[in-house]
Amino acid sequence: MIYADNAATTKMSEAAIHTMVSLAQETWGNPSSLYTAGQRAKEALEEARSAVAAAIGAEPREILFTSGGSEADNQAIRSAAELGRKKGKTHIISTAFEHHAVLHTLKKLESEGFTVTLLPVHENGLIVPEEVEAAITDETALVTVMFANNEIGTIQPIREIGAICRARGVLFHTDAVQAVGHLPIDVMLDNIDLLSASAHKFHGPKGVGFLYARKGIRLTNLIEGGAQERGRRAGTENVPGIGAMATALTEAVAGMSESAKRLSVLRDRLIAGLSEIPHSALNGDATKRLPSNVNFCFEGIEGESLLLLLDDRGIAASSGSACTSGSLDPSHVLLAIGRVHDVAHGSLRLSIGDDITEADIEYIIQNVKEVVSYLRGFSPIWRDLVNGKKAFIL
Amino acid sequence: MALYSEKVMDHFRNPRNVGVIEDADGVGEVGNAKCGDIMKMYLKIDNDIITDVKFETFGCGSAIASSSMATELIKGKPVSEAMTLTNKAVAEALDGLPDYKMHCSVLAEEAIRSALKDYERKQRGEDVPGEEQHDEDKDENRFCCCAADTAGE
Repeated sequence: MIYADNAATTKMSEAAIHTMVSLAQETWGNPSSLYTAGQRAKEALEEARSAVAAAIGAEPREILFTSGGSEADNQAIRSAAELGRKKGKTHIISTAFEHHAVLHTLKKLESEGFTVTLLPVHENGLIVPEEVEAAITDETALVTVMFANNEIGTIQPIREIGAICRARGVLFHTDAVQAVGHLPIDVMLDNIDLLSASAHKFHGPKGVGFLYARKGIRLTNLIEGGAQERGRRAGTENVPGIGAMATALTEAVAGMSESAKRLSVLRDRLIAGLSEIPHSALNGDATKRLPSNVNFCFEGIEGESLLLLLDDRGIAASSGSACTSGSLDPSHVLLAIGRVHDVAHGSLRLSIGDDITEADIEYIIQNVKEVVSYLRGFSPIWRDLVNGKKAFIL
Repeated sequence: MALYSEKVMDHFRNPRNVGVIEDADGVGEVGNAKCGDIMKMYLKIDNDIITDVKFETFGCGSAIASSSMATELIKGKPVSEAMTLTNKAVAEALDGLPDYKMHCSVLAEEAIRSALKDYERKQRGEDVPGEEQHDEDKDENRFCCCAADTAGE
């Protein structure tokens, strides 16, 4: 199988598996226990915290371990909202193409009296810092903008947005689930107050993540019931998972620049190859995107059938069609960058990883071409487009 | 667990009766691109028997499989019998569809019916301009009802 869905999840690294197993076998004490076995687990936990902190330029005490990116997003936003509410600030700024962990939390806050401004992401899938600045009011409690988009891979001007927020005294959170371990991040230089990450996106285990909260920012608990994580997240810590996350992150950061260089070349070849398909379009800016991400719309076909046929040919990918997102509408990200429903249904996301070869890239290009052409061959929409009964959109 | 039954995958991978009948006696098209599903059926009818049927579909795996199965179920059958084809029969012949994909079988039933109505209109001499009849009286969003859990990422 050629695995081209690393934005959905990644395969655990050997080193991370080793850490996970060895902690489960040998360091299974409860970190809250006083005796030696418990304290050894506590040490493993704190070593992991230091490693994670070092990977993003933070201090260990600024790292809170969570069950993943969604929990971190929820807690970051909820905490900033509570802090704002105490000062009478009930306005939050975000973007139209955030992950649902952010958007759904904001929806909930709206029902509790908050006002939410969702900034446009434009055709290239990029936020304009000046538009963030213009949206900030005296009521603004939080700006939350994702670091890199999970579907179209566009990388946002985080440092500039952070600088604006800092100058205006507004908290800044970034959902960095797709960026941590893949892009250089320094929370100090990047002016980030709150950051969410998920281990399984950088070859760590599922069910583990972390929230960075700059010291001095008081977090609101989502889970009550114990003094773990400085009282901000109750529940016995997932020591093997957390340790494995730290191993995976350290490894990812060490190999980051080399991996990015290699993947960018392969990504660009993939983009060039797929661009040869008539009436197709790349989604998101061609250069300000994750080295791993390629996302296309193909007019006249539907994404799920494309994915199933690619799966038959040994290629694992994903799509933003309604039938794969499981809702009435196609991907909210594609709609946010202005793709109309008709073409958004025919989208394909390929997110490549370090194990991919040049031959794999050529194989993908060839097979996507064949499958798109095959499906267009009996698509009534395609027939109407070709016969001039309907105008091409792409 | 597989997403679809073996039968659905078979009809999806090797769809029967794909194509166009240029001199069709009845043509029906249902669904819309906005929802991500369009089915178009072409019928050749001789002495009230469906002698040939072809389809074109824009849609997901189960939409393609449902179209294919529906054509198999009516080929060689009298018009009156084809009129009674139900979405349930299509889904059962495919060894079932996931709940949130049942609308694909509904779409197949409607596409066949739409083509048969077109044939009957032509029989009565109410030939409409153009080769096909799109059922505009239908609520376009009626079949747009995927309701699976949101994919987790």
